[in-house]
Amino acid sequence: MDTLLEILNEMHPDVDFETCDTLIDDEILDSFDIVSLIAEISNQMDVTISAKDIIPENFNSAQALWELIERLEDEE
Amino acid sequence: MQNHILEYLDQTVRRVPDKLAFGGASDEDGMTFAQVDHVSRAIGSFLAGRGLWKAPVVVFMNRHPSAVAAFLGVLQGGCYYVPIDEEMPRSRIDLILENLRPQGILCDESTLATARTFDFEGELWLYKELVRTETDDTALAAVRARTIDTDPVYVYFTSGSTGIPKGVAGSHRALIGYIEQLSEVLAFGEDTVFANQTPLYFDASLKDIFPTLKWGATAYIVPKSLFKFPMQTLDFLIRHQVNTLCWVVSALTMLSAFGALQETPPTALKTVAFVGEVFPVKQFNIWKRTLPNVRFTNLYGPTEGTGICCYYHADREFGLEEAIPIGRPLKNTEILLLTDENKPAAPGEQGEICIRGTCLSLGYINDPERTAAAFVQNPLNTSYPERIYRTGDIGRLNEAGELMFVSRRDFQIKHMGHRIELGEIEVNANRIDGVRSSGCIYDREKDRIILFYTGEATEKELTVQLKQKLQRYMLPNVTKRLEAMPLTATGKIDRVKLKEIYETERKK
Repeated sequence: MDTLLEILNEMHPDVDFETCDTLIDDEILDSFDIVSLIAEISNQMDVTISAKDIIPENFNSAQALWELIERLEDEE
Repeated sequence: MQNHILEYLDQTVRRVPDKLAFGGASDEDGMTFAQVDHVSRAIGSFLAGRGLWKAPVVVFMNRHPSAVAAFLGVLQGGCYYVPIDEEMPRSRIDLILENLRPQGILCDESTLATARTFDFEGELWLYKELVRTETDDTALAAVRARTIDTDPVYVYFTSGSTGIPKGVAGSHRALIGYIEQLSEVLAFGEDTVFANQTPLYFDASLKDIFPTLKWGATAYIVPKSLFKFPMQTLDFLIRHQVNTLCWVVSALTMLSAFGALQETPPTALKTVAFVGEVFPVKQFNIWKRTLPNVRFTNLYGPTEGTGICCYYHADREFGLEEAIPIGRPLKNTEILLLTDENKPAAPGEQGEICIRGTCLSLGYINDPERTAAAFVQNPLNTSYPERIYRTGDIGRLNEAGELMFVSRRDFQIKHMGHRIELGEIEVNANRIDGVRSSGCIYDREKDRIILFYTGEATEKELTVQLKQKLQRYMLPNVTKRLEAMPLTATGKIDRVKLKEIYETERKK
C-alpha cells in the first residue's frame, strides 16, 4: 500500500489519497493519470492490470485500487 | 461557388432533415440536421438583431451537441466563434477575454455560474433563451450576402511561449478547402459515423463537425469521462456502429495498450486517422493486426495551416525502428523545406517545414507582432507578396519522397496530443511566490513533463498553485526542487544538465 500511495502522491501531491474516495467521480484522475498509474504499478509492483479491470469502481480510491492489486497478485 | 461554410448545412438539411447530425451520451442528447439548423438560425437571428458583425462570440458550453449548434449559430449571425472550456484555468480565460473583448459570452446552464465570476463587462447569453429567438430570415440572408470567404469562422487558442496564448483565426475559404480535401483523402460520405474525441475547443474537432454537415453524416460527441476506461469507450463505439475515428494518438493507445481492443474489436470501423503526434509503432501494429481491413492514415498539421496539411496512408506494418511518415500535402497545399539560409533543402537534407497555400489561417488575433514572425513572405518568391507559415517543425524527405518529422526548432512539445510550449509552463511557475527560477524538460519516451525549480515553495505548494494557472494537460507530471538551477555559459537554463539530473534520478 505504501508504494501505491507514493506513486499517487507523486502524481498529485495536493490530494489526500488515504481518505479520498471520489478520484473518478470528481475527476481528480484523468486519462493520462490512469495510463501512468497502470504503467507505474506494473514497473514498481510487477502487477499487470488488464482492460477488464480498468473500470471506475477500481480507481475511485487508493483503497479500491489496492484491493484490485492484491486480488491480481493472488491470482498469479 | 461556395463561399460560406454553412452552405454545407443549407444543402444537407434539405436532403436529410430528420437524420441524426450530432449524437451525445444518450439518445436525448442527439440533434438532427433540422434541429441544428433551427437552433443555429435562432442564435444567428439574435446576434444579427444585436447588430453584431464580424465580431468574436465566446462559446462557453459543456461538451455536448448543443455546443456545436451554438458555433454554427454564431456563424449564422455573421460573427466568429471562440470556444472556451471549463477545463481551462481562470488565468487563461482572463487572457483570452482581455485579448478579444467580446460583447457577449454564450453559456449553458452548467457554465453560467462560472461565467458570472469572470472579470468581464460584456453580456452573458444563455443558450436556452437564445434558441427561443424568432428566426429573422431577412436578416440572416443579409448576413450571408455580406460575408466573403476571407472572413473568419473561428478563433482557437493555442499555447504561447511567453505565457500569453495565441488565438489562431481561420477563414471560410481555408476551412472549405480543408473539408473538401480531407473528405477526399479519408473517403467520407453520407454513411460515415464519426466519434468525436478531440476537445471542441481545439481545431482538431473540425474534422468531425464540418464533414458531418457536408455529407449529412453523423458525429457522436463522446463524453470525456469515457476515455479513461477502454472497455466503456469500445462499448460506445460498437453500440453506435461508429466507422470513422479521427483521434489523437494517446486516445487510440488507451484502447490498444491494455488489451481492450483485441478483446472486443469494433468491427464496424473502416477509417482510423491519427493526429497530434507520431503513433508509437508498437501500438500502431496492434491496431493494424487487430483490424486488418481498416484504412489507417497519419495526419499532420498545425492549427495555423487550418486543420491538417499532410497525410500518409499507413497501409503496412512498420518495424520497431521505423517511424511512420507525415507523407505528402493535401491537394492545393505545398510544403517547403527551408534550410537555415532560407534555401530549399536538398533531397534527404533537413529543413523547416513551411506551408504555402489558401489553407493558411488569417493569423493570430489582435497580435500583429507574433503573426508577422510566423507568417512570412515566401523567401523563394521575390516577385509578388505570398505568405507562408513557418511551423518550427524540422523535417526531411525519405527515399520515397515522403515527408518525415525529425524534431522541433524550439521548446514546443506534443503531449497527449496537445501542443505545449514548455516556456508557458516556466513563465507560470516563475510567477508563483516561493519560486525563484524554473526549467522544464520533456521525456519523450515516457511522455512526461518534468519541472525543476529553485525556491522555498514545497513541491506540493507548487502543484496546487500551478493547477490554478495551467490547463490540466500542461501540468508537469513530475516536479523537482533543486538547490541551484544549472546554467549555461551564457546564463540560460541548462536543459541538457536538467535532462542528466532527471536520468540519474530515474536510475536510482
